[in-house]
Amino acid sequence: MSDCHGCSAATATLPPPPQIDAKQRIVAIIGPPNSGKSTLFNRLTGLRQKVANFPGVTVEHRMGRVRLDPGREVFVVDLPGIYSLNPRTEDERVTHDVLLGEMKGLPRPEAVLLILDSTNLSRHLVLAAPVLSLGLPTLVILNMADDLARRGGNANVADLSEQLGTPVAMVSATKGEGIEKVFQFLDGATAVHRRKPPLMELPVIQDIPQCRKWAAKVGQQSKYRAPAPPLWTRRLDSIFLHPVGGPLVFLLLVVAVFQIIFAAGKPLQDLLQPAIDGSGKWVGSFLSNESFRSLIVSGIWSGVGNVLLFLPQILLLSFFIGVLEDSGYLARAALISDRTMARFGLQGKSFIPLLSAYACAVPAIMATRTIENKRDRIATILIAPLMTCSARLPVYLLVIAAFIPDRPLIPYVLGARTAAMLGLYLLGLLAALATARLLKSTILKSSRSSFMLEMPPYRWPTVASLGLRLLDRSRVFLMRAGTVILGVAIGIWALTYLPPSSHGEIGTSFAGRIGHAIEPAIRPLGFNWKIGIGLITSLAARETIVSTLGTIYGVEGGDEHSASLQQALHLDLTPGGAVALLVFFAFAMQCMSTVAVVRRETSGWKWPAVQFAYMTGLAYVCAFLANRLLSHWA
Amino acid sequence: MQLAVASMTLQGTELAYLRIGFWGKMQTGVRKRVRDREHAAAHNLMELQRGEHGILDRIDLPEDDARRLMELGFLPGHTVTPAHSAPGGDPRVFRVDGTEIALRRETARKMILRQKASRVP
Repeated sequence: MSDCHGCSAATATLPPPPQIDAKQRIVAIIGPPNSGKSTLFNRLTGLRQKVANFPGVTVEHRMGRVRLDPGREVFVVDLPGIYSLNPRTEDERVTHDVLLGEMKGLPRPEAVLLILDSTNLSRHLVLAAPVLSLGLPTLVILNMADDLARRGGNANVADLSEQLGTPVAMVSATKGEGIEKVFQFLDGATAVHRRKPPLMELPVIQDIPQCRKWAAKVGQQSKYRAPAPPLWTRRLDSIFLHPVGGPLVFLLLVVAVFQIIFAAGKPLQDLLQPAIDGSGKWVGSFLSNESFRSLIVSGIWSGVGNVLLFLPQILLLSFFIGVLEDSGYLARAALISDRTMARFGLQGKSFIPLLSAYACAVPAIMATRTIENKRDRIATILIAPLMTCSARLPVYLLVIAAFIPDRPLIPYVLGARTAAMLGLYLLGLLAALATARLLKSTILKSSRSSFMLEMPPYRWPTVASLGLRLLDRSRVFLMRAGTVILGVAIGIWALTYLPPSSHGEIGTSFAGRIGHAIEPAIRPLGFNWKIGIGLITSLAARETIVSTLGTIYGVEGGDEHSASLQQALHLDLTPGGAVALLVFFAFAMQCMSTVAVVRRETSGWKWPAVQFAYMTGLAYVCAFLANRLLSHWA
Repeated sequence: MQLAVASMTLQGTELAYLRIGFWGKMQTGVRKRVRDREHAAAHNLMELQRGEHGILDRIDLPEDDARRLMELGFLPGHTVTPAHSAPGGDPRVFRVDGTEIALRRETARKMILRQKASRVP
């Protein structure tokens, strides 16, 4: 929000009427879910927008600048989708508070853009009654005008405007038709604006049945003709929700998305890797001071670079989730997977985030925003990092290659190494589901019947909204997680490089000393101080342990395929310790990006702290048990 | 005979119905099942078959859930038509007030219909 103050200050140099521009002018966009609110917001603001949280609540809102003709501009705030203004849920309370000017840090909006789905006007008009009662200048926007016309419906803008006593505009936000009416209103709304008394008086008691009756009357008086049912949606649903075909299409889609992410993500990473390494070396060549060069190149550049490597996968995943969500299929996927998820106390909307977590927990946790039930959402966030993310792969590959012989377990079908890898994936999944069950039957208990999901009609996703989504995701990932990673990267560099007397020898550095110091604590797991250092450096990101171990064992250019690193590890670690290490990595929350994103999504340190403690505790106990059992048998 | 007199002396028809209900319970199991099928059939959303529809009477759920359902269009007097469902029949999609809403079985069971389901004309 402070940024927005900055923006308005910057435009104050232009010569508009001073009386109006002296303060920040805000217009609120509100509307029910699936009314096309975000599409309209994107239409109005383009790239001049940012996501922000209100103080003290998890509800997110977007702020954006709309340029008006003579160099003037107005801020629009995109509020959460709501069905009524009764301050019952957090979303509704936030909207209520903002509209009444009771939200801290945000002046009362001067006007309201109320966006409704014109194909379902009688139901959506229910929200108009409480909003119009507020007395703010309001433009009622009937969205999806193209859909309404195509399906043979009709809404009379002039009649409706008279009934409601406020301007009405027909708009197709996806195509941009009629959008100029919104700009005209914004232009006028900031000047003096008077509303005519409505022909249809607003209901006195504003409960839902009364508002619905009022809406029906308004629709009738303004000669609204409801459109025919969406034929294509029904046709598609008879395929996508077919008792046999539906789950089949669902599985095929899931497999295809993952195949593409793994098949395309890895080459993209391989393309980025030399660019990051090369640019690091290039920057390093300008720095003569050795300590400073080490900080910049091996501390910051490779630390932050390691995280940047995940960006292609995150963007690919966001793209596919975007297509699924915007097209309306995501609601069907949630429906199909609901029963299975319910067994573990979760619901259908948790499925896609958990699936995404196989690539990376960060976009998965961001994807939980589609879950409205707060307890279900937190439970999903808490278990997502237990799914086997791609950052665990290098560690698994290294340890498995070092300790498990490459021989077939079932000839021609299953190799011992593949079986070990599959076992680790299964271990993560089982831990996640068991944890979900535990959480949902204790601290996050909620009534099971709270799953109510609207099935929106199928729509073509637009390039603009997909593009904006990808930009938004990359911005969030780079800015928020990036700042934390930068700090941690510098911290870990300092630990491994300092004190100066260690001369870059990791064994005598602070990290080495910590490794020695925690050795008694990790000895029961079968780890020595070298693994201890690896555990510390991998706090930033799991795969860091591979390069750290490479440095400790003095292997040049150590990666997970390096035979000498495998050999060194094989000699230094017992089989029990090796399995314990795998188990530890399967459960521990060694990923600062995840901690940062959980903090952001839950608006506080409570849940990331609980999660970190739980996962580390689970990792320690299970690794201990694994080591004991194997040492006992071996 | 005695029962008929007793019910006539009661003023509200509801009370009379209660008496008959009580009487019904005292009959054999077979008669009870017949009566249940006549009066309780298609009395909640779960019992609607494809091609049938019903008119919603009330929602027997805690206020928060009932409110949310009403916001989604499940208002008394509105026509509800069952549509597709997830594999296994749960959750199921219902058409109401120009939209489609998926509900779990235990929610749909608490939504009581006003009149017997009938074929869509």
